[in-house]
Amino acid sequence: MTRYFTPRGWTMLIACAVVVFAVFPVLNLVVPETSAFHLSAFWVTLFGKIMCYAIVAVAMDLIWGYAGILSLGHGLFFALGGYAFGMYLMRQIGADGQYRMNMPDFMVFLDWKTFPWHWTGSEHFWWAVFLVLVVPGLLAFVFGYFAFRSRVKGVYFSIITQALTFAAMLLFFRNNTGFGGNNGFTDFKRILDIPITTPETRMALFAITGAALIGTLLLGRFIVTSKFGRVLSAIRDAETRVMFCGYDTVHYKLFVWTLSAVLCAIAGALYVPQVGIINPSEMSPANSIEIAIWVAVGGRGTLAGPILGAFLVNGGKSVFTQYFPEFWLYLLGLVFILVTLFLPAGVAGLLDKWKRKSP
Amino acid sequence: MRALLQGLALLCVVLASPVHAVEPALAQRIAAGDNDEKVAVLAKIVAAADPKDIPFLKALAEGTVTVDGKPVEVTVNNRLRKEIDGAIAALKLVDPDHDTRLAAAKELSNGAEPSVLPAVRKALAVEKDAEIQGLLASIAASLGIRAGDKAERLAAIKTLGSSNSPTSRALLTELKDEPDLEIRAAAQRALKEVEGRLAWAERAGLLFAGISLGSILLLAALGLAITYGLMGVINMAHGELIMIGAYTTYLVQNLFRAHFPGAFDAYLLFAVPSAFLASMLVGMALERCVVRFLYGRPLETLLATWGISLMLIQTVRTIFGAQNVQVENPSWMSGGLEILSGVVLPYSRIVIIAFAVAVLAGIGLLLAKTRLGLFVRGVTQNRAMASCVGVPTARVDLWAFGLGSGLAGLAGCALSQIGNVGPDLGQSYIVDSFLVVVLGGVGQLAGTVLAALGLGIMNKLLETWAGAVIAKIVVLVFIILFIQKRPQGLFAMKGRSVES
Amino acid sequence: MLRRKFLTTLVSVALAASAALGTAYAQTGGTVKVGVLHSLSGTMAISETVLKDVALMAIEEINAKGGVLGKKLEADVVDPASNWPLFAEKARQLISQDKVVVTFGCWTSVSRKSVLPVFEELNGLLFYPVQYEGEELSKNVFYTGAAPNQQAIPAVEYLMSKDGGGAKRWVLLGTDYVYPRTTNKILRAFLKSKGVAEADIMEEYTPFGHSDYQTIIAKIKKFSSEGKKTAVVSTINGDSNVPFYKELGNQGLKATDVPVVAFSVGEEELRGVDTKPLVGHLAAWNYFMSIKGPENDSFKAKWAAYAKAKKLPGADKPLTNDPMEATYIGVYMWKQAVEKAKSFDTDKVIAAMAGQTFKAPSGITSKMDEKNHHLHKAVFIGEIKADGQFNVVWKTPGPVKAQPWSPFIAGNDKKKDEPEGKTVIAAPAAPKK
Repeated sequence: MTRYFTPRGWTMLIACAVVVFAVFPVLNLVVPETSAFHLSAFWVTLFGKIMCYAIVAVAMDLIWGYAGILSLGHGLFFALGGYAFGMYLMRQIGADGQYRMNMPDFMVFLDWKTFPWHWTGSEHFWWAVFLVLVVPGLLAFVFGYFAFRSRVKGVYFSIITQALTFAAMLLFFRNNTGFGGNNGFTDFKRILDIPITTPETRMALFAITGAALIGTLLLGRFIVTSKFGRVLSAIRDAETRVMFCGYDTVHYKLFVWTLSAVLCAIAGALYVPQVGIINPSEMSPANSIEIAIWVAVGGRGTLAGPILGAFLVNGGKSVFTQYFPEFWLYLLGLVFILVTLFLPAGVAGLLDKWKRKSP
Repeated sequence: MRALLQGLALLCVVLASPVHAVEPALAQRIAAGDNDEKVAVLAKIVAAADPKDIPFLKALAEGTVTVDGKPVEVTVNNRLRKEIDGAIAALKLVDPDHDTRLAAAKELSNGAEPSVLPAVRKALAVEKDAEIQGLLASIAASLGIRAGDKAERLAAIKTLGSSNSPTSRALLTELKDEPDLEIRAAAQRALKEVEGRLAWAERAGLLFAGISLGSILLLAALGLAITYGLMGVINMAHGELIMIGAYTTYLVQNLFRAHFPGAFDAYLLFAVPSAFLASMLVGMALERCVVRFLYGRPLETLLATWGISLMLIQTVRTIFGAQNVQVENPSWMSGGLEILSGVVLPYSRIVIIAFAVAVLAGIGLLLAKTRLGLFVRGVTQNRAMASCVGVPTARVDLWAFGLGSGLAGLAGCALSQIGNVGPDLGQSYIVDSFLVVVLGGVGQLAGTVLAALGLGIMNKLLETWAGAVIAKIVVLVFIILFIQKRPQGLFAMKGRSVES
Repeated sequence: MLRRKFLTTLVSVALAASAALGTAYAQTGGTVKVGVLHSLSGTMAISETVLKDVALMAIEEINAKGGVLGKKLEADVVDPASNWPLFAEKARQLISQDKVVVTFGCWTSVSRKSVLPVFEELNGLLFYPVQYEGEELSKNVFYTGAAPNQQAIPAVEYLMSKDGGGAKRWVLLGTDYVYPRTTNKILRAFLKSKGVAEADIMEEYTPFGHSDYQTIIAKIKKFSSEGKKTAVVSTINGDSNVPFYKELGNQGLKATDVPVVAFSVGEEELRGVDTKPLVGHLAAWNYFMSIKGPENDSFKAKWAAYAKAKKLPGADKPLTNDPMEATYIGVYMWKQAVEKAKSFDTDKVIAAMAGQTFKAPSGITSKMDEKNHHLHKAVFIGEIKADGQFNVVWKTPGPVKAQPWSPFIAGNDKKKDEPEGKTVIAAPAAPKK
């Protein structure tokens, strides 16, 4: 039995779990609103959103940090997960939309009398969950299979993933594709017939996201400490040599690629009910580049690093856009430059260095 | 002094006298009447066929009428403007100057109002020049196609059938419900002839559009082909270097407008080297400060340059504002060349295609014939070996990056002539540029050229067939599939290494 | 060890910050916070930055005259960075953390759709200043821009008239997203009701950020040569307009032959274009900078002075446009409503908004409809002049009432012209007109 974490790592993990499952719920739900220690819904959704991003960052790190494949199209899988679950949320609105019809507003507007084929079954929660897992997974599998088999790698792979997400964005922008065009999905009312805006629902979503994040972390740890993970790192460092040793690298890469896509999709599905909107701009190439940046800032090749990176960059974005609206792009840009220049191992690497220095 | 006054008085008389050619009563009706009234008065002026009325009409087109010596403001809308333009052209048809008449006839042949028919007939009767006569005949025909007796109409259809103008097509199409069978058949025959010729013109126009888009993609991607292809730097700030070139063009234009308004049309000649230099200097500064620490780590250059691009965008936004700025075409680049009536090739696009060819030739020569080019090729093929034989690789990197950035500046200068110049200019070209470079094959200029032209033409063909949105999606999917087939792009670098 | 310390510090900092922000009540100290939610970076910054500035100008003016109910307004400007989920986050922050009493913001429909659930959940108040596609009503939103019947339909009617050229064939050209699609759908139904045949309408869409209009203009030329007088209705979005108009000018498609009427092109969008070849092409708005009148003169003068004082980019050539006017009207109407309600309370202000009037810079006395949360606005048609301004060639005789539910869309006849869930509050001494 491999040791997944050091004792300190376990303590950290448990501390995080306590924060997510105890501190936040108590401060948000139990502490009265008038108290100075009350945690408002704003912070719950903000942290929930960033935790979704953190899952994506870990998923990205699995393929970039460990297998050396930089995807500039992970936003696509995230968005597909979001859309798959968003379809269910749209069906849950029922007749409470602007048109008071038992159909999403944009379909009523387009004069559609029946649901298009890809909406079949979207009113069932379990079907939505199934779609969240299968659609992005299948797309990643097919795309990865052909790309890895043709030995598309390095920057070529990055650029075609970018082309893929760009093409998908244009497709989803079209009104006729049946996903609400540029407006996407908004104005969700219920989830599993429970109103979505109550503090309890919000906290439940938050806790599930936290659980998903911890689960992703454990899964990632399990993978990278296994023999499979070692082969992955070997592929990253010298793919040809691994092939000469008799490993079929395509299978290894394909597995971790597909897994990463599915994790992104889960994050997307958790993201949509918390922020309340999904629209094709999630698939824009810039968003996918940003994902890579969270990982780089946090530290590639560590699992805690990307989580830290996602929190730092997105937290920074939220703070900067409020206090320095005119200057936040300078700060953000500067962070990226400084991190790549001076912290090649990211913030996690820096902390590691400190830890070694301190007794 | 007195002579001056006399001269002034004379001038006033000369300037004022044509105004009086229009009767004050008519001027009053134009100033006060509604648009129908104004049109009726214009018809009267045309019927009088006095070229001395032209200044009055020109002033009217600008929105002022002189009534009793006092200027009155009049709102002129498209309908009136068309009538006025027609009237001016009709009056010019009897001008003694040959070129003026020709220009007027050409203008009228792009669709004239029925009110000018008498003037055209009158002019046709006295016209001696064959070319103008032909034009006038076709105008008269297009105006007379609905009216007149049968023989006259058949003749009119025949004249229209031999013309190349889309206006003739519109007129002939309208005859498809004509009760007279003979006329209808004649119209259909003539229509087929016109359409056949126009279809060719359309195809030529489409090909031109494709080449033009290709030349723009090429310009945007060339610099990237150097920095990425030859040096392995994924420069996400490439788009912003294009933007810097465009803003430099804007600044040079303003400089010319403020200080040398007479030489305004020449501003582009100065903008081209300025844009090149500005982007090159910024690029070289970036290379010194950031990029050189990241050679051999291509994916990390991506992140750092992305950060740079964010900062450059915000800098421009702070200095110039978030709005687009106006870059005006020099007058020799406005308008277009009419290859066949209806198909116009804008001069700006023709110039850009020529410019792209020139830049390509320049860069090809530079790489093939100069010492720097030799070094760049050497470093590209084998950095370590080049360094061993004494090539100053660090300096070569600096100059090559500067060159790539300068090319981006040239692209910006060209793009400012056809698109918008704003802080987000670069963002819209960066994805396309990378696709071109990757599709063409890294390190291969020929591949970049082929990929740019291929994508441009393919995009335009698909666009006419399936609409712009689907066309773009199909092109992207095509690129993805193509890379599966040729993972190294169109022109793969030949080598024996198993590692790419 | 250090790592744990780091984490605890992080958590405690976050908690302290939340506590600090949570308790910082806006209404203390004689000021009241007003949210401004416009993108200052990203793709929408091009349009939205000036709206932020004009809102700040109006707030400054009000403060200079003593504020509202004796309290000074304090602008709370945040940057949602053209990122739609960030719009929702910032809206929540403005209302629940910063406790703003009203928010002026949004441009795109998707940003409005993104913040709408937040405003409804937290019972906030949003003033939305841009023309949009309609098909929406919310008790928490006041729409000070035009609905389709206040912009698109009058423009098309004008082009059909003798003065507009008597257009018989139509090209509906737009960027592929909701506003153009909706507007074109309404227009198509309208044109059909006027007897225009299906074959005489061509609909064409381009992707976002499209910059190459060669083939589209060739298509328009071909279409216009196949029959009677053709007009183009353009709902092309922001950035794509410059390449479109540049191509239009260079390809020699003149307004006298094929007029193009646009609903998203104003003075600000034309800033980046050489307008000499475009003279005569049209735009339909509820305000033009070139409108003559004392209200507009003073509005323009104030804006020019403000832009100069704040050293705003482009202050050497200050421009005003329709959404700026709508923002300005919104700020003042809100002030009047607060004074009428004698309270900053959302529900009371909403009730007091009904029937508010304001002498707008366009010279028209705009009235907030008693029921449907939209302004009554006059419609102006302007032709582009060589200097980038518009020559007003036609206007409606008086203000037009907005129809957020277009009668040209099936099923809308049953819709109620009033948002649901409004709290009925007896306005203090409600004067009935």
